[in-house]
Amino acid sequence: MSASIRVLSAFQRRALNEVLRVPGGAIPGVLAPAIFLIGLSGVFGAAGNLRGYEGDFTAYILPFGMLQGATFTGAATGVNLARDIEQGWFDRLLLAPQRRSLLLLGLVSSAALRATLPATFLLLVGLLLGVSWPGIEALVIAYVLIMGFAAVVACYASLVALRFRTQQAAPLMQIGGFIAILFTTAYAPLTLQSTWLADIARLNPVNKILEGVRQGFVPGTVTWGTTWQALVALAAMGLVLGGLAVRSMRRTGR
Amino acid sequence: MIRPVRALAGRALRNASRRPQFFVPMLVFPSLLLAANTGGFSRTTQLPGFPKVHGFLDYQLAAAITQSLLLGGVSVGIAVALEIESGFFDRLIASPIPRTSIVFGRLAATFCIALLQVAFFLALGLVFGAEVQGGVGGALLVLLVGAIAGTGFGGIGMSLALRARNASLVQGIFPFAFVILFLSSAFFPMDLLQAPADWVAAYNPLSYIAEGLRNPIIAPVDAGAVLDGLVAALGVTAAMTGLSVFFLRGRLREP
Repeated sequence: MSASIRVLSAFQRRALNEVLRVPGGAIPGVLAPAIFLIGLSGVFGAAGNLRGYEGDFTAYILPFGMLQGATFTGAATGVNLARDIEQGWFDRLLLAPQRRSLLLLGLVSSAALRATLPATFLLLVGLLLGVSWPGIEALVIAYVLIMGFAAVVACYASLVALRFRTQQAAPLMQIGGFIAILFTTAYAPLTLQSTWLADIARLNPVNKILEGVRQGFVPGTVTWGTTWQALVALAAMGLVLGGLAVRSMRRTGR
Repeated sequence: MIRPVRALAGRALRNASRRPQFFVPMLVFPSLLLAANTGGFSRTTQLPGFPKVHGFLDYQLAAAITQSLLLGGVSVGIAVALEIESGFFDRLIASPIPRTSIVFGRLAATFCIALLQVAFFLALGLVFGAEVQGGVGGALLVLLVGAIAGTGFGGIGMSLALRARNASLVQGIFPFAFVILFLSSAFFPMDLLQAPADWVAAYNPLSYIAEGLRNPIIAPVDAGAVLDGLVAALGVTAAMTGLSVFFLRGRLREP
């Protein structure tokens, strides 16, 4: 057990070192969602005048930006894994006397940790733009969901990295999460969306996660009903994608 | 001059066609955003001050085209930076061709790719129910303005690559392409933008390019809007081609 914890903490330290020693690599993942947030609220802010938004437009799209940051972080984990595969470092990692599922857990847990960076930056930008403080309870739930979602995206990105074994597959890693968060109530509530988008959003489990992150900002009240649905959606996605990633990891090199 | 330009343009086009992943960021990302924006913001056409349009998809097509062309510019920059990193650029410089043909060859290929990008989004719009109010002539004007603007954005990517000589650094400008785009009237009418985006958008050449692309799609052709778009696109292209040649000469002067 203690050996497993040491492996996990080594992965966490490596992820943290990457942020501290190569800050240029982390900047796009932090900056891009912030640019989207400021840009979208500046461009589409007038949409908030439509009946259906239960509050300020910036507050409405801030949770989307936070999940977008988690998506970028998760995808970056896959890109880093592909880089490690290309450079041969991953082969040496596979020789380590550890379970492969633990290696994967190390990767995705480091993604979860790194996702707090863009989320916190986005939260600060949002507060500066006038978004109301959502409260500690709402923030704890939001951070749990954001970190969990980053881990889920990291599972998907690792799956792609293990399949294609090249950094050139990066667009494929990014696009999966991007589609998942875009076809939700990201920009507008279901009542204001086109029918086709509303239908997809209702079926999309990521929408439940987004609603869970958003509840503290808009409408501003945290409910158990919204929270458990988000947690169940996250757990289901984690089980499916995590299971597939573990299977792919076990098959690697055999 | 013409033969090396043609040969280098042909090479760039062949390279692009052999790497389908090259087109993914340019076509898929803007298509996804187009779908999400259209589905999410379709009711905004009811806002006071929004121009009369057949549908929000028609209005957003110009934004998707502009976004795709900007991403094309980033791709040009990455391609040139990779050639510098791999040493191929040095071999090109050593070859017996006018050196400016290296810039013009790449930009000629960018013009052709930009034409394909614009045609793709027009076709996509038509498939999903958009209408080009300006008719066939209007569609041709959209192709013209788009191809020239795409060449100009390619010039931005190329000058950055010649200056930075590093593909990662050029890739790092990707988010800034969105900053420039958001600070324009590409996505939403100028009158409905929030401060300070509305103020910046009024001076952003991208606003004029986007309006020049949009006008023939959402209304019968207005010569003023299209001409403004054409002049802005030509201005960006001339300025960025000049800057690329300037940076190329600067690079040649270095030991």
